[in-house]
Amino acid sequence: MEPFISHKGIVAPIDRANIDTDAIIPKQFLKRIERSGFGQFLFYDWRFNADQSVNPDFVLANAPYDQASILVAGPNFGCGSSREHAPWALLDFGFRAIIAPSFADIFFNNCFKNGVLPITLPESDVALLIELSTKNPGMMLTIDLKEQKVVREDGVSYHFDVDEYRKMCLLEGLDDIGLTLQHADAIDKYEQSAPFSVSITA
Amino acid sequence: MNRAKTLIEKIWEAHVVRENPGEPTLLYIDLHLVHEVTSPQAFEGLRMSGRKVRRSDLTFATVDHNVPTTDRTKPIEDPISKQQIDTLRQNCAEFQIPFADITSQDQGVVHVIGPELGLTLPGKTIVCGDSHTSTHGAFGALAFGIGTSEVEHVLATQCLQQQPPKTMEVFVSGKLGTGLGAKDLILGLIAKYGTAFGTGHVIEYRGPAIEALSMEERMTVCNMSIEAGARAGLIAPDQTTYNYLRGRRFAPEGAAFEEAVKVWNGLRTDPGAEFDERIEFDASSIAPQITWGTSPGMGTDITSRVPSPEDFADPVVRRSAELALEYMGLTPGTPMSEIAVDRVFIGSCTNGRIEDLRAAAVIAKGRKVAKTVQAMVVPGSYKVKHQAEQEGLDIIFKEAGFEWREPGCSMCLAMNPDVLQPGERCASTSNRNFEGRQGRDGRTHLVSPAMAAAAAVAGHFVDVRTFAVNEEI
Repeated sequence: MEPFISHKGIVAPIDRANIDTDAIIPKQFLKRIERSGFGQFLFYDWRFNADQSVNPDFVLANAPYDQASILVAGPNFGCGSSREHAPWALLDFGFRAIIAPSFADIFFNNCFKNGVLPITLPESDVALLIELSTKNPGMMLTIDLKEQKVVREDGVSYHFDVDEYRKMCLLEGLDDIGLTLQHADAIDKYEQSAPFSVSITA
Repeated sequence: MNRAKTLIEKIWEAHVVRENPGEPTLLYIDLHLVHEVTSPQAFEGLRMSGRKVRRSDLTFATVDHNVPTTDRTKPIEDPISKQQIDTLRQNCAEFQIPFADITSQDQGVVHVIGPELGLTLPGKTIVCGDSHTSTHGAFGALAFGIGTSEVEHVLATQCLQQQPPKTMEVFVSGKLGTGLGAKDLILGLIAKYGTAFGTGHVIEYRGPAIEALSMEERMTVCNMSIEAGARAGLIAPDQTTYNYLRGRRFAPEGAAFEEAVKVWNGLRTDPGAEFDERIEFDASSIAPQITWGTSPGMGTDITSRVPSPEDFADPVVRRSAELALEYMGLTPGTPMSEIAVDRVFIGSCTNGRIEDLRAAAVIAKGRKVAKTVQAMVVPGSYKVKHQAEQEGLDIIFKEAGFEWREPGCSMCLAMNPDVLQPGERCASTSNRNFEGRQGRDGRTHLVSPAMAAAAAVAGHFVDVRTFAVNEEI
């Protein structure tokens, strides 16, 4: 996983609540067996009309938003299915961070596994960032994970909370599985009793 | 004396492999269910890093999301679907994972077959790369959906790194009215409290209205915990649970079963145990439910009308309602029972079990699907299909004009050929009414199996309580 230390990029706003994983990556694009190449399908039904022409009304269709790497959206972002194709598609399109008042749990978790930083800010701050980035195409934010700050170009900054362990994993780009396998002894020991496990082939 | 604990804490503590301050808990997983859509990249990850599957004997795979629901002896037409199914077959062979293939009599929607086979048992931790894994919580298991990175993590280590969940009690008092079922209960709960009230929490459903539910009804309730934002939902095991499990293929047998029951009887929230949150819901307060919007929380009683955005004070909610009504092509003030449907889908991990098909068949019996409606019944598994055929339900459906299909996820998420056309309106027993969920520009209304069958017959939504049921089947 690519580490996330700090990031500066263009902001794209989507002023909607409950943006679900079916909107982020419609199911007809879940059939690939690779992790890569999902960016072309991101927000497909919003970015493209039924005849596959570009929908110019959607924010990501237009410069400079099509170069955005920070998404700002409404509450309960990423609700719905567990499909990791959602953060894969966001990352592949170029997004490294999502800012919203709240996130659905599984999506939130999946982001950290892929070097995408989900940032929770108060609803009023998010509303202002949506307004500013709508009025000022090309507006940039700097995200400093070490300092846990989102900084506007005019210097105004917003502090955000992040779990210390997840922060460390992102800063160092650590492999979860490798970390867990360091505790193979503890797993072996647990399996000697494992009170609720039932072997399927036994 | 030990501190009083919730059921959630008890299961959690029984699965802790390692705890260290400042790090997530390493939690053991007893059962890992695998399907074709969220697993290929996980197996590929194992191969790339030269890792093995740690416990293939605690892993079970099937194909459900992509499979056609038409004749299984014919080749799969969609080459990409076929590739995903073939890939899972190869991965299961390579890593020696038990696999219910497309023609296996064990095949079905993963959340239907787990309980059916007795793989789902009280006290287990159960995961699957699918958000509706919460279904298995109905048995007093801690069951939750995970992403593909975590699928790979469980394959390699049989563990997950997890933060302890917050706990929430949903206490359901009262009694469901005649003609109402578990689907109405969970839709009513989400309509009242929204799609994020459970975020960060595991829900324990309790109270007389929950205890009165059958095992399959409990699965319907726990299934849609994710639509309330919860990480999982569960119900303490009781005699209803044990009666369902006894004799299932992978459940303990004979004396071992009775021993297991003694352990399972301890899977209760202690008196005086405290939850982080608690909400109450009166099951007597609702009519049959139907959604009008593009989020499962946008629901109401069948007896009411399509709301107006002005009904909502919160600007975010009002804006969501505007967008939803535009997408759904609905006019505020229209009685819900005057909305005409084009398609009806009965099935899914929410409502594709035998009791669901019986509830729909009672309505369909001796009636005809309206000429303007295309209706299909998709059993949740082969076992459900065969049971229904033994009971003659397939005949009832076919005589009424429903299509009788092979098992799979089908039009719940429309990854297979079962897809809504743009503008089509569907009465669906599934779990999500998101934009495009059942097909681009398709319009989904979530309802119970009885309500779906009634809509098929009437050609529009109808209060199923006004539908006379001539005789029991």
